[in-house]
Parts: sequence; C-alpha cells; structure tokens
Amino acid sequence: MNNLQTEKIVVIGNGMIGQRFLEQLVSRAESHPVDVTVFCAEARPAYDRVQLTSFLSGKSAADLNLVPEGFFEHHGIALRLGDKAVAIDRERKVVRSARGHELPYDKLVLATGSYPFVPKVPGTEWQDCFVYRAIEDLEAIRVAAKTAKVGTVIGGGLLGLEAAKALHDLGLKTHVVEFAPRLMAVQLDDSGGRLLRHKIEALGVAVHTSKATKEIVKGTTCRYKLLFADGSELETDLIVFSAGIRPRDQLAKAAGLTIGERGGIAVNDHCQTNDPNIYALGECALWSGRLYGLVAPGYQMAEVTARHLTGETDARFPGADMSTKLKLLGVDVASIGDAHGVAPDALNYVFTDEASGIYKKLVVSGDRKRLLGAVLVGEADDYGSLLQLTLNAIALPEHPEDLILPAREGGASKGMGVDALPDAALICSCNNVSKGALCCAVADGATSLGALKKNTKAATTCGGCAPLVKQILDAQLKKQGVDVKNYLCEHFDYSRQELFHLTRVGGLKTFDQIISKHGKGRGCDICKPAVAGILAACWNEFVLKPKHAPLQDTNDYYLANMQKDGTYSIVPRVPGGEITPEKLIVMGEVAKKFGLYTKITGAQRIDLFGARVEQLPLIWKELVDAGFESGHAYGKALRTVKSCVGSTWCRFGVQDSVTMAVNVENRYRGLRSPHKLKMAVSGCTRECAEAQGKDVGIIATEKGWNLYVCGNGGIKPRHADLLVKDIDDATLIKYIDRFLMFYIRTGDRLQRTATWLDNLEGGIDYVRKVVCEDSLGLGAELEADMQRFVDTYECEWKKAINDPETLKRFHHFVNSDAPDSNVVFVAERGQIRPAREDEREGEPEAVV
Amino acid sequence: MTARPNVTITKRDEWVAVCKLSDIVPDTGVCALVHGRQVALFRLHDDSVYAIDNLDPFSKANVLSRGIVGDMKGELVVASPIYKQHFNLLTGQCLEDADVRVAAHAARVDGDTVSVKIN
Repeated sequence: MNNLQTEKIVVIGNGMIGQRFLEQLVSRAESHPVDVTVFCAEARPAYDRVQLTSFLSGKSAADLNLVPEGFFEHHGIALRLGDKAVAIDRERKVVRSARGHELPYDKLVLATGSYPFVPKVPGTEWQDCFVYRAIEDLEAIRVAAKTAKVGTVIGGGLLGLEAAKALHDLGLKTHVVEFAPRLMAVQLDDSGGRLLRHKIEALGVAVHTSKATKEIVKGTTCRYKLLFADGSELETDLIVFSAGIRPRDQLAKAAGLTIGERGGIAVNDHCQTNDPNIYALGECALWSGRLYGLVAPGYQMAEVTARHLTGETDARFPGADMSTKLKLLGVDVASIGDAHGVAPDALNYVFTDEASGIYKKLVVSGDRKRLLGAVLVGEADDYGSLLQLTLNAIALPEHPEDLILPAREGGASKGMGVDALPDAALICSCNNVSKGALCCAVADGATSLGALKKNTKAATTCGGCAPLVKQILDAQLKKQGVDVKNYLCEHFDYSRQELFHLTRVGGLKTFDQIISKHGKGRGCDICKPAVAGILAACWNEFVLKPKHAPLQDTNDYYLANMQKDGTYSIVPRVPGGEITPEKLIVMGEVAKKFGLYTKITGAQRIDLFGARVEQLPLIWKELVDAGFESGHAYGKALRTVKSCVGSTWCRFGVQDSVTMAVNVENRYRGLRSPHKLKMAVSGCTRECAEAQGKDVGIIATEKGWNLYVCGNGGIKPRHADLLVKDIDDATLIKYIDRFLMFYIRTGDRLQRTATWLDNLEGGIDYVRKVVCEDSLGLGAELEADMQRFVDTYECEWKKAINDPETLKRFHHFVNSDAPDSNVVFVAERGQIRPAREDEREGEPEAVV
Repeated sequence: MTARPNVTITKRDEWVAVCKLSDIVPDTGVCALVHGRQVALFRLHDDSVYAIDNLDPFSKANVLSRGIVGDMKGELVVASPIYKQHFNLLTGQCLEDADVRVAAHAARVDGDTVSVKIN
C-alpha cells in the first residue's frame, strides 16, 4: 500500500460529505493507488443527518449509518474515530491530532462541515439548552423531554421546523421563535410563509415571528423564561437552538488558508483552497462567495474533488441548485430556483386554496417562456416536474397557470411528460443522478423502483424525486417493450394486482373461470397458488374444495409444512403466544404419541416435526378435540402475532399487549395475502415483542398505540415505519383492516410488505394518506372486505377432519396403506431427526 | 425398516391396475406402489393420466406426486414441491437441468380403472 508512488491522503471529517468523498475516491483507486487516513471527531462514522429526526421516531443509530459494512477495512482506509485533528502544518505537510499523532500528507481534504449557530445572549449556557446536529444532541433532547412540558425552538427555518416536529412528537407543548417576519424566510415568500404558519399552528405548535431573543432567565411556571427585545416573554422547559449553521473553518484559518469575510474556506472550481494540496468541500467550503448548507451540492463537491485528486484535472464544480422539497410538521413545502422573483422582469402566477390549505406560486420570465422559480406549500407533488422545467429551461406551455391549477375531470393532463427531459437532466440532485443514468440502469436490468434506487442511489436521500424516478422507469420500460415484467407468468398477461381486481370485480370464483377469461394455457406452479391466494382473499372459501385443491402448493394442499424428507411439520395456533398448561400438556402428549420432533419457534409457537402425510388427520383430530386451531404456518397468510407480557404483569408495561395480540390474531387468523404476514404487540417502548421487525407492529404508549408497518426480519432486515401515533383500540383495528386489505389488493406475488412499500410511489406518506386520511375513498370498502373475511372464518383443519372427501387424500399411496419406507429417522438429543445420506447406507439405526 | 427398498424393479411390460379414476382429484397427483416402485400418477382436467417416478432426484424425497401440475412453454409439467424444478409428465425430463431425468412410465384409463406399466 505504502510505496513511493502511493499518494498519502488525509481526510478531516467523516460526515455525509466526507464519506461520499471516500466512496468516490476508492471507486477510482484502481488506476490511482492511495493511502488514506480519516479523522472523525464524532464517536461514530458517517450517518444520515438528513434523516436525523427519524432517530426520535424509532430509527436506531445503526439505521442511520451510511458506511457499508467493512468499508474501511476493505479499502485499507485508516479511520481515527473520536480523534480530532487540531492543527495543520503546511510547511511540513503534517496534520496533528488531539491525541498527539502527527500524520504526513501529500493531499489534505477538509470535510469539517458546520456547527450550529447559537446567538450570543446571556443564558444559553443553561443545561436545558440544546442544538440539533448530532445523534448525541437528540439523545440529550429525548432525555430532557421526559421531565419537560414545554419546548421552544429558536429558529423558524428548515432545520428549526424539523426540530419543532421532534419536540411536538416527544409530547411537548411546542413553540417556534423566529427572528424574521415569516417562517422559512430564505425559501418562502410572505403568502407561502403565512400559509405554512397557519398549518403548523393548526397542529398545536405556537409560532412567534419577528422576535429577537435577548436573554434566557429562570422561569416561574416553567424552568426558564425567554426575554424578547420587544418586551414580551415566553416560559419554557427546554430550548433548542436552530438558528442556522456556520462553517467549521477554524482549523483552516489557523493554518493560514483564505477564509471568507463571513466564514467558509475559500475554494476554486476544483474545490482547492489557496494551498493547491489542500481541498475543502461541503458546508465548510466557500465557493464563488456562496456557502451550501444542503447535502446535494456537497455530494457534487465530493465527486469533483475525488476526480481532481485522481488526475482528472478538468473536473469542476459548476455551482448547485438550492431548490428543496420537504415535509415540515406534515406539511409539504417546496422552493425552486428564484422563489422570490428577484429577476428584473419576472412575472408571478399565484394559486391559493385556503379551504385545502394550498399555496402555489410560479415565477416566470418576462416573455413567459421559461420557469425561473416556484413556491409550493401544502401540496408539492409537482416539485419534480417544475424543477426540471426550471433547470433545463424547457419552454413553458401556452398557459403556464395550468401547471399549478388543480386538474379537473376531463381536463388535459398538465405538466409535461418525462420524455421532454434531456438525458442530462438532473433528476436526483442529492445523489447527482441524471435521467440518462437512470435510463441506462433500467436498460441494465433495474426494472423495479426498488432495484433502480439500489443501483443508482436515486431517491434514497430526501426522496423528493421518487415520483419522477418512477415515471422515468415506466417510460423507459415502455420504450424497451418490457412493461411485461410484472406479468404473473406465461399464462397471464396481468400482474397480481390487476388479476385481483379482475377477480373481485368480475365475481370470478374459480381458477378455470379466471384463466379462461383472462389467461391462456393450463396454468403452472406460479399462477395457480397466486390465484388460490386471490380467491381466498376475495371469497374466503375452503382452500381444499375440489375446485381449489389443485391450485395449492403442497403446504396448503396438506395444511402442513413439507420438510426436506417429504414429512410435514405442524404448528397449531397459539394466539399471542399465550397458552394454558392444559393445552401445553396436550401438545406434549400428541408429540409423544406420534414420535414428533418438538421445537419452540421464533414466533412464540410450538412446531411438531416428522409427521407422515397419513398421520396428519390423526394428529389434528386430537389437537382440534383439545381446542387447537390451524396456525396457517403453511400458508401465505397471517402467521402469528407475537407479544410481550404487557401491563398485566410487567412493571414497565403501559397497555395490555397480550389481550391486544390475542384479539388481533383472532381477527386476522387465516387471512391470505401476497406473502406471509407477521405481527407483534409490545406493551411499552422497550419493545420486547420486536414489533418494528414485523409487517404490522403495535407498540403501546401512555395514550394508546403506535402503529408501525412494513418491517421485516429475514434476509434483508428493515425497520418498520411509523404510520400513526397514539390511537385508540378501535382506530387501530380500523387502520390495520385498511392497511392489510390495501396491501392484499395491490401487492405483487410473493412480495412482502417491506418490498411492497419500497416499490410504492410515494412510500409511507402515500400509505398514510390512503389508510389514515382515506385519500382514495376506499376506507369503508376495505373495512367491509375485511369484516366479511372475519365473519366467514373457519378453521381449515376442523373442516378437513370432518370431510371424508378431503381425508381421502391423506395417504402416501393410493393403492396401499404402507408408509413411505424412504422416510428414515435417527435419534439426536432424545428426539428424532431425518437420517443423512451417509446414515442411510447399510442398515441405519432406525427409530420410528 | 429398511432404507430405500423402492429402486428394484421386479416386473416390466405388465399393466398393473392401481386405482379408480375418481380416486384422483382432477389436475392433481397421487402416489402408487407398483412392484415396490413409487410412481407419481397424475390426472389432468381432460381425464388423461401420466406416470413418472415419485422420487425427486434433487431432494431424494418421494414427493413428485404432491407437486402442482400445469404447462410451461407447451410442455405438460409437474413442479417438485421441495425445490420447484419442473419435470415433463411424458418424458420425465427436468426442464431446468438437461442432465436430470426421472423415469416416465405408461399410464392408461380403462373404464374407471387407472393402470400403470413400468418402463
């Protein structure tokens, strides 16, 4: 690694931009070997600061981590975690660290970022004053909020409102104090700011504008009191300063590098400082008199620096667009380009809908040919296309106002198709992904939104471009003639979602009806089980009816789980994991009688293995007689609702999680879906039931329940997203009904809820609109569908053992009562297991 | 109990009646014991019948009769319930692996009687 040709590169800072620089550097390292050392003052390597607030709604530090596992080791990068660089000696070209290490460099990269600005007023040193920058800050705020009632954010900009949301979510009465006369003064105009204020106040957050904080003193009703310049006061228990950021340029300044008048390390187009061996990028860098406080320009600088450092001498930073779209306290807000219309002959088009709380403004050029900027509050769905019109200087339609007027039925579709965009159009500015790059990725096989995000990183940071990415994907697939990709199989030119709709609306009750009407051929092992699932979800008929039986996978066909040797395992339902000693004894007796291997599953149930097909009805007869029901472990269906013991016994529990789990499991038992479904209920935020790893997770709060959806364990773990907070029992059931039925209707074959969500345009916000706000007007219908399912539930095993026709199938041979002699068990730890290949040779010690 | 006795064939060229047609649900299979050999026997929707070995060569389990039948690119197939490979019902050829084939046997319906002849 460390030979004469190898360049020594030292990087100071491992934030989002520093990490992006390393990734860009190592991707070029093959042609240009480097020896890299990274200083990181924080205790953990790079994490996603853009999503920082999600740390308070359940994401862990690990979820926010941006460093792929083994990244530093794999690329031979030395990471000095928690070691701060304290001095740069440009003469000797060495960096000195707080721990006293001296490291020589050939090239030095400063990615030191910024620090939160805290106004110099007396009282900011009180212990309940915080900033909003690092995971540690949020941890401290969370602890302080536990004993606080009122919280105040100083600063009504982007980050301030983000912090206000965090305090609001922590249950505090929240105030926002802003120095300027309106919120988000940089991005919004007066009308936009006013609308945003109304919306935020409607949520119960108090907004105080034109307030300059003079001093913080001891309070009377709260811990502290803010004194404002106009003589007014505000009592509060904790204070979060979010009044802007300042570049962290002290190290560079001390080393004699050129610093801007108002801070920032001055850099040229190659991101070099006045010392050509030292680069600066991200929030600490001052380019052309501008500081960028957004992640996207920083990412661009990271790429330019990496390219320049590895020999691409013409790599230049061209400046960056500061347009932004985000959701603040649940309100969509977007600002594009020249939002204030400062261009000399700019014209404004304004649309205000006070009833729905929507404000939209277009700033167009004097000749009405070009879009210069826009402001959107309350609804920002058009952000992507308006941004593209601005960035690519695309000619506006004859009536630019159509772009912001609501589309009416029968009206022509507004906006423009993605085909109008040039290949160079930047779609994802966070990750610098162009339309051309997206099209290439689609051509290379990324034919789903999930795959496209994974391969290009587009729409993975702020997510604002996701609808546009989806449109490009669809347009490109259409062009390639591969919009067949989600067809079920060769027998159906429909996706599962389309087929579900056709089945339901057409009232089709059998596979034969469906394939003769909408398909071709005889079907296969792909479409038959999928259609069986659709039929079960629509009409809930017994799955082993002769007309349905041939469609079932062997697990469903025998209502048990086939194991590698052709025997089956049996999992009776144990709702919520709660079981009486009497029932436990019955299970033990049955297992003993039939010689079954017995194991506790990960989902709080008991699995009995090694049952021969002809034994299944005999075993189930005994189980059903003892009051057990099918656990549907064999089906693409609800499996289990795991629970902790909850407030009944636990000294920390705040709700009765077991009763809720039992009720939920009994409500949705047997529900067939595109893939298996798992749920869990935790009785408090300690989350012992691991509900955030489930398709539906329910976590108790002091006020009710928090509902999480689309979590997953398994091969690709995914934390569930919070759908809604603090709801009562009835609302919880209503929302789960809607969520599950919506997923069952729209999910693809074998698509778990996690993948379904990743591929859903609009993501969790869209699901929330459909489920909680009933934006599609489907709520009542989804609930009615679920109720019909619940009302028609029958235990499949109880039905099977009482139906002679069904029982006839439970024999290994059609013409003999002999068992399958190929099934051989050996003993291990006092139970049976299937014999291995080598144990079958000769005369194995067989036990049955 | 002895291991795997079902690979020896004692008699060939002889039709053996194994069950009634109504013993098999249309578009499903059953397993028949024919001269000690396990045969997967399928009845399709048109009451045609097909027979191949029941032993799944990939999992070494006697399960092919429990697979889902259907057609793929015009071939009549059964999918192994364990690892989902497809086998041609007429030839026993595995569609995913040209080197793998299970034995196919003759099967016929005579009145209501289904018979198999080991090949």
